[in-house]
Amino acid sequence: MDPKFEKGGKFWWLHSTIDAFESFLNVPGTVTEKGAHVRDAVDLKRIMIVALLAAVPAALFGMWNVGYQHALATGAAPSFWPDFWFGFLKVLPLYVVSYAVGLFIEFASAQIRGEEVNEGYLVTGFFIPLIMPVDVPLWMLAIAVAFSVFFVKEVFGGTGMNIWNPALVARAFIFFSYPASMTGTGTWIALRKGEALIDGATGATPLSLIGDGLSSLEGTGIQYGTGFWDLFLGTVPGSVGETSVIAILLGAFILIWTGIASWKIMLSSVAGALFVGLLANAAGLSDIPAYYHLVMGGFAFGTVFMATDPVTSAQTETGKWIYGFLIGTLCILIRLFNPGYAEGMMLAILLGNTFAPLIDHVVTERHLSRKLKRARNR
Amino acid sequence: MPDIYKIKRGLDIPVSGNARLSVSKMAGRPVAVCPDNFKGLVPRLLVKEGDRVLAGSPVVSDKNHSEILLTAPVSGTVSRIERGDRRKLTAIVIDPDGLYGKAIFPKRDPSSLTDPQVREALLESGLWPFLVQRPYGIIADPGVTPKAIFVSMFSTAPLAADTEFTLAPDLTYIQAAVTALGTIAPVHLSVKSEDSAFAGIQGAFVHVFKGKHPAGNVGVQISHISPICKGDIVWTVSPEGLASIGRLLLEGCYDVRRKVAVCGPAAEDPAYVEALPGASLAQVAGFGGGVPDGLRIVSGDLLSGTSHPAATGRLGFFHNQVTVLKEGTSKELLGWMRPLRLNQFSADRTYFSWCLGKGRRYDMDTNLHGGPRAFVMPDSYYSKVLPMDIYPVYLVKACLAGDIDKMEKFGIYEVLPEDMALCEFIDPSKNYIQDIIAKGIDLMLKEMT
Repeated sequence: MDPKFEKGGKFWWLHSTIDAFESFLNVPGTVTEKGAHVRDAVDLKRIMIVALLAAVPAALFGMWNVGYQHALATGAAPSFWPDFWFGFLKVLPLYVVSYAVGLFIEFASAQIRGEEVNEGYLVTGFFIPLIMPVDVPLWMLAIAVAFSVFFVKEVFGGTGMNIWNPALVARAFIFFSYPASMTGTGTWIALRKGEALIDGATGATPLSLIGDGLSSLEGTGIQYGTGFWDLFLGTVPGSVGETSVIAILLGAFILIWTGIASWKIMLSSVAGALFVGLLANAAGLSDIPAYYHLVMGGFAFGTVFMATDPVTSAQTETGKWIYGFLIGTLCILIRLFNPGYAEGMMLAILLGNTFAPLIDHVVTERHLSRKLKRARNR
Repeated sequence: MPDIYKIKRGLDIPVSGNARLSVSKMAGRPVAVCPDNFKGLVPRLLVKEGDRVLAGSPVVSDKNHSEILLTAPVSGTVSRIERGDRRKLTAIVIDPDGLYGKAIFPKRDPSSLTDPQVREALLESGLWPFLVQRPYGIIADPGVTPKAIFVSMFSTAPLAADTEFTLAPDLTYIQAAVTALGTIAPVHLSVKSEDSAFAGIQGAFVHVFKGKHPAGNVGVQISHISPICKGDIVWTVSPEGLASIGRLLLEGCYDVRRKVAVCGPAAEDPAYVEALPGASLAQVAGFGGGVPDGLRIVSGDLLSGTSHPAATGRLGFFHNQVTVLKEGTSKELLGWMRPLRLNQFSADRTYFSWCLGKGRRYDMDTNLHGGPRAFVMPDSYYSKVLPMDIYPVYLVKACLAGDIDKMEKFGIYEVLPEDMALCEFIDPSKNYIQDIIAKGIDLMLKEMT
């Protein structure tokens, strides 16, 4: 390395940044100082890159779907590569803004703290565009990313220390600060200047329609096709990466197989959603079949990629069951009983994050008191 | 029938360099007594340079318990007193005259001894320090009667010495030591299978522990047999300790010679060597003519052994293994980005070590494979290699915070750093978990006295 970047050199203040690029390219030649003399080859970079890869199918599908929805809404004939290219060009700026703003703050905070740059934002920055409407204004995205990285992550001490999932907080920030850009019909379908929706097309997501009952979904707009299977496949309007359950399941498979995300959280979240959905059906509160909730809106994406964030989710095994179930139930409760918030998943997970430490506290306390009792009885 | 415990959690690290079963002659002269090997001992020097000592002559006593002695492992002349920072006593170097284990103590019949007689025999001979107290892993207090004494007759650590091979000839001594220690407290002996050479030992509760590392760690075994609660005190002894105690009682000599496994990916000829604690690691490892650059010689196993600059390292009092590793100072281009990275071992599923065949061995080096980070992965990521009823990450965080109440609650009494070594090995955040636990234990010791 250039001596200017070494301690005492002119650019020493940039060392965190230089280290970050250096260790991105090369696994450094650092050796163990004490304790275990050899270490597992895995590091956080590897875990993060695999988590990112798991979301790639959802991202690619989302890009294509942006183009496909555009074609449907403007009456153009859908065609695979042009649609994908259209979506790619629409989503790319979201990625540029997300990474540029987020990484800038990450690098700056690492410099200030004198630590190595954490790789956590690689994943957060990849998820953020996937949970945004494609037409979200870029300046809004920039502010939301800056808010969430700074106030939700760095203020708490950086990767591993945050209480809430930063990607979701970025979404919540826009949701509450600029509701017009996050709800309604004007934001889910990307249009070029001068283009307008053709007759029979609507910019609403299935979720916002379904408040009026399942019947409102069928035949509403050409986007919705035949219902469940279109929702499952993901050929409906929605946030960029959230629509295709198939692509998300592919990611879920990778995450569970590699052990990065907890299947317990995913399973109990699904169970919680079905539980409330069925209860609502039985009580006559809703005529939407419970399983529809699993394929609509951000439920699948949230369950697989957001609720399972190892930092903000429950840590204990029992806690994970409770935490996941809580998120599933909360999500459907919000969807059913608060028509103002068509999407319940974001708030459900943020609430779940809030309660995760409490859940863990109760679980560990109960476990330890049982253990003490056993020891006393012996 | 002994109790059988099947340990499900754990990890056997597939590192190359297992010692073959052959023993070469005594290695390492001179030898030294190193007070640093004994946690909790405050040394007072009893000899000066030029003094002649016999194997078993006192050279150091404990300032807090003057009856606890460290004795010379060999007869010879005190050639040098080594001191470290602030004149801290680090080693008493003894030039041997070639006589090991001459009988200078009375021979005793273990079955007729009483508790005070056993304690006296161990204290005067300098074998007392083999008794380690839990919690904290400090030298046992002679004024205390423990709840029980635990011995793990085998180790599951990477490349560990095979005690069935090294200690089989000492069976009668081990039996004598168990009989004698049984007068102090019930003895629990853990073996690795029902047909172990040690399964037939009389006068002890024999337990069989099967499973991956750390199933052979005495701390893990205690937590399954009878967990340590607040206020409990138990003692542990190493199998080599039992053999030496037995030899003292039956033969009247102080003899701590042991067969040491020289192992590891960088060991020139992985095999067993007879050696004394305090012998030069370089000589034990077969580098008589000087240690090549870029090697690390570890006294003990590669997970929790100790290392020193190669030229000055000495075999630890409790160690029966010397691991030779290459320093991993070279950078690896695009390491973490490579899809396969077949030459590196990882227990994590994001790599593919799991499908590369069970018999595969890796030439591991000391590279950290990453940079230090905060804890990201959840507790369950770590507890899959810790077969104890505790929450590892909660305990580590309690230690980091210095919160005594929480440390107590999350099980600081039950663990020593070595029990958490695998958590440190698999940690993708590259924390020094054993060091954190050791500092936590030091804090407990300070606050509790």
